[in-house]
Amino acid sequence: MAPKLHPCRLLTVICEADLERPLVSEFHRLGISGHTITDARGQGRHGDRDGLWPPSANIRIEVLCEASVLDALLTLLEQHYFKSYSLVVFVSDVSVLRADRF
Amino acid sequence: MPFEPVILFFLLGLLAGVARSDLKIPGVLYESLSIFLLLAIGLKGGIELARYPLASLAGQALVVVTAAALIPLIAFAVLYRMGRLPRADAASIAAHYGSVSVVTFAVAASFLSRMEVAYEGYLVVFLVLLEFPALVIGVILARRAEGQTRWGPMLHEVLSGKSIVLLVGGLLIGWLAGPEGIKPLDRLFIDLFKGVLAFFLLEMGLVVASRLGDLRKAGAFLIGFGMAMPLAGAALGLLVGNLLDLSVGGTVLLAVLFASASYIAAPAAMRIAIPEANPALSIGAALGITFPFNLLIGIPLYHGMAVRLAGEF
Repeated sequence: MAPKLHPCRLLTVICEADLERPLVSEFHRLGISGHTITDARGQGRHGDRDGLWPPSANIRIEVLCEASVLDALLTLLEQHYFKSYSLVVFVSDVSVLRADRF
Repeated sequence: MPFEPVILFFLLGLLAGVARSDLKIPGVLYESLSIFLLLAIGLKGGIELARYPLASLAGQALVVVTAAALIPLIAFAVLYRMGRLPRADAASIAAHYGSVSVVTFAVAASFLSRMEVAYEGYLVVFLVLLEFPALVIGVILARRAEGQTRWGPMLHEVLSGKSIVLLVGGLLIGWLAGPEGIKPLDRLFIDLFKGVLAFFLLEMGLVVASRLGDLRKAGAFLIGFGMAMPLAGAALGLLVGNLLDLSVGGTVLLAVLFASASYIAAPAAMRIAIPEANPALSIGAALGITFPFNLLIGIPLYHGMAVRLAGEF
C-alpha cells in the first residue's frame, strides 16, 4: 500500500539575514513547531544580496503549517515587516507524510 | 611611508571589486576572521589591563564615555537640522558614528607599533565601553517623537551581539590568565594577528567596492559628513586624551575611537531597533567614506596632531 499523503501549506520567506532572530521568535509565539533556514544569495529590488558580509546576506526560511496558523503568520508579516524590511513571501500547496507533525 | 602597509590589502580588495574581479571571499570567512580579530583584540587588552589598577581606570572611563556621548548628539543635530534627513535615518547614522570601528582601531594600533609609538594597552577597555552607548542614544533620538521602542530585542541584539561577547570575553580571559597564562596562545592570537587583519582588510575592500552604489543614494551632503564627522570626533578625542594625560599613542587611539564609525555591531542593532531607517545610507557613509578616510588619511593625520599637541603642553 502506498504511503498516505496529506495536503499541507508550505510558507517560504526569503529575507535579510538580520530577521532570523525576530522571525524565529514570532514562530515560537505562534506555536509553530519547526522551520528550516538556509543561506541564500540573489538579486532583487534591494540590489545585489551577495552574502559577502552580514548586512548583504539573505536567508530562506521554510515553514510547514496548517491554514489557521499560516493566516496569523501572514497577517503578522504584512503588518510588522513588509514596510521596513526586504522580504519575499510565497505559499505553496504541498503534500506531506505524517500530517500530525505540522 | 606615512601609512600602515596593511592598508594596501584594503586597496587591493577595493581595486579587485571595482574591476569586477571574480575574487570573492565567502561570508563564512568574514565571520571567522571577525571572530578572531575581536577575540585577539580583547585578549591583548586584557593582558595589558592586568598591569593597571582598575580603580584609576574607572574615572578615566567615565570621562571618555561622557565625552563620547556628545558624538551621536552632534551627528544627529547636523544630519537632522542641516542635512534635513528623516529623523530615523539621522538617528541611525548618528548611532553608527557614535559607536566605534574595531578594525580601524586595530589598524591604528598596528600603525603606532610600526612607528614605535607606545600607547596604553588598556585603551581596549574604552573600545568596549564605547561600542554600545551610542546605539542606545540613537534609538532614543529616533523614538523621541513617537510611540513604542522595541527595547528588549534591541538591547539583546547589542549586548549579546558577537562583538561585545568576544571583546568582553577576550578581555576577561586575558585579564584572568595574565601574560604568562596566554603565552601558549601567543602564536595564534599575537603573531598571526597582523596577517589575519590583512586578510580581513582585503575582504573589507571587496565589500566597500560592492557598496559604492550606496554612495550615489547618500548624496553629496552625506559624503561630506562622512569626512567632516571623523575630523570633529578626532578633535574631541585629542582634547580628551590630553585632558586625561594619555601618552601620544594613547591620545591617537582615543582620537581614532572617537573618529571611527561602527559597521559590525551597529548595522545589525539598528536594523532591528530602527527598521524604517535606510541601511544603505548609514552603511554607505560609515563604510564607504569614513572607514577608508580614517585608514588612508585620518590615522596619520591624528598622529601628527597628537604629536603637535603634546609639544604645545
